[in-house]
Amino acid sequence: MSDLLAFENVWLEYGEKIVLERVDLAIAERSFVSIVGPSGAGKSSFLRLVLGQEAPTQGRILLDGKRLTPECGPDRGVVFQRYSVFPHLTALRNVMFGRECTDARFTARLFGAARRAAAEEAEAMLTEVGLGDALHLYPAQLSGGMQQRLAIAQALMARPRLLLLDEPFGALDPGIRQDMHRLILRLWREHALTVLMVTHDISEAFGLGTRVLAFDKRRIDPHAPHRFGATAVYDLELTRKRRAAAPEIPKEVLRLTESVITNTQDSL
Amino acid sequence: MRWVNIRPNRRNSLILGALPLLVVVVVYLFAAAIRHSANPSDKILPTPAAMVAAMHGLLVDADPLSGHLIFWADTLASLERLGIALGICALSALLVGMVLGILPAARATFGGLVMTVAVIPPIALLPILFIVFGLGETAKVALIVIGVTPFLIRDLADHIAALPQEQLIKAQTLGASSWQLALRIALPQALPRLIAGLRLSLGPAWVYLISAEAVASDIGLGYRIFLVRRYLSMDIIIPYVAWISLLAILMDLALAQLSRRSFAWAHQASR
Repeated sequence: MSDLLAFENVWLEYGEKIVLERVDLAIAERSFVSIVGPSGAGKSSFLRLVLGQEAPTQGRILLDGKRLTPECGPDRGVVFQRYSVFPHLTALRNVMFGRECTDARFTARLFGAARRAAAEEAEAMLTEVGLGDALHLYPAQLSGGMQQRLAIAQALMARPRLLLLDEPFGALDPGIRQDMHRLILRLWREHALTVLMVTHDISEAFGLGTRVLAFDKRRIDPHAPHRFGATAVYDLELTRKRRAAAPEIPKEVLRLTESVITNTQDSL
Repeated sequence: MRWVNIRPNRRNSLILGALPLLVVVVVYLFAAAIRHSANPSDKILPTPAAMVAAMHGLLVDADPLSGHLIFWADTLASLERLGIALGICALSALLVGMVLGILPAARATFGGLVMTVAVIPPIALLPILFIVFGLGETAKVALIVIGVTPFLIRDLADHIAALPQEQLIKAQTLGASSWQLALRIALPQALPRLIAGLRLSLGPAWVYLISAEAVASDIGLGYRIFLVRRYLSMDIIIPYVAWISLLAILMDLALAQLSRRSFAWAHQASR
């Protein structure tokens, strides 16, 4: 498998504050990468870099060997924890939106045969994520889990090279979350996706991922904590077999988990 | 049961809502009757019969000078001014508000200007408007536009700028250009907000209309009440004021209905 996404000595700084330092990574095509780490360890900044919402201060990010432009594009799809569907469009129109934008540059609306084709494709995609009965409902009429299904269907319509998930299941009930795990794994296999998923849930990270990245700061200067940035401190390849047989989670990662939990409790 | 948990149903709400209005009417009738028992020719609190008699002339008898049915001509003139002005307000606010809300660079450039114009009391500009546009219709319409538009622009620009960043990012990852973002994401979500803003602006708009008509006009609801004030004609002023309130309420209801019909999605969350 070839590398789809490569980080070469990437730094991200906001003025004095260093958020990410010396990030060197290569992400293979068709992998499912989970990203964990305590709050404020640059997980979301990392995702923003890949998304093109921000440009690295130093270093290069390559997608398919080409330098990434610091702007969002249809080669990278995204699903956020919330607000990633459009409240004023029905489920069907939400999923058709991408096609309407790429095929009708000026009106962003399709008519006639092109519209029917797009609607059919969108309907098939919605059926695939289990929203075949909710085509004409508005997002406000859908439950949280259904909204996330819609957001996934919407992202997949654009056939992205890379699918980014930012705590996509964080706001869902545990039972619903299980269904969503099965769904995303199935879509990942059937659509041959490459997925980057940020999550707070360690078991989710190991349960879904073929690879787990743990972000944290390597060193901390107590007098100037902002002067050291975070990076991928652990990088674990999970083989298919290990994933199936409830993997043994390394001690260091467990320690990280605890720090996540304490951080979460602190913030509560 | 605690007072905070007592919730009237729909029918009782209507009855409860009508009650204070009824009380006001009854109190007025009593006061009028008392004043008239002391002085049968009292002009300050006219009886309903006096109001009907005074209004009858304005409603059905043509004015010998102009040939108009005065009441209806006044209403038409005022509504025309208000309608033209609010139309201009809505269109320009939509245009400018969208640009300011979507483009951070435009907001940085023109945000200060809009705010400066917004803090000027519009009535203070009325003399300037009369000097620049003369005493005709333009000045009156301009007063309403200047009074209402900056508020609408700021409200819309804030609303669009506060759309979740996630939505805009998502649209961009689906291939949307700036133009498509404006057309398909910002505009549809701005429209129900614009209607809500217009509803809130109806009050100020009427204030500016009546002020402009009071200062320089020869027709209009505001002109009429300020004219008959010279003769202490409360029997005309009170029906006119009631009529203005009724028109304002009807316009508000119509806008609310328009929003609910055209933008059902925007009203689902609150249901």
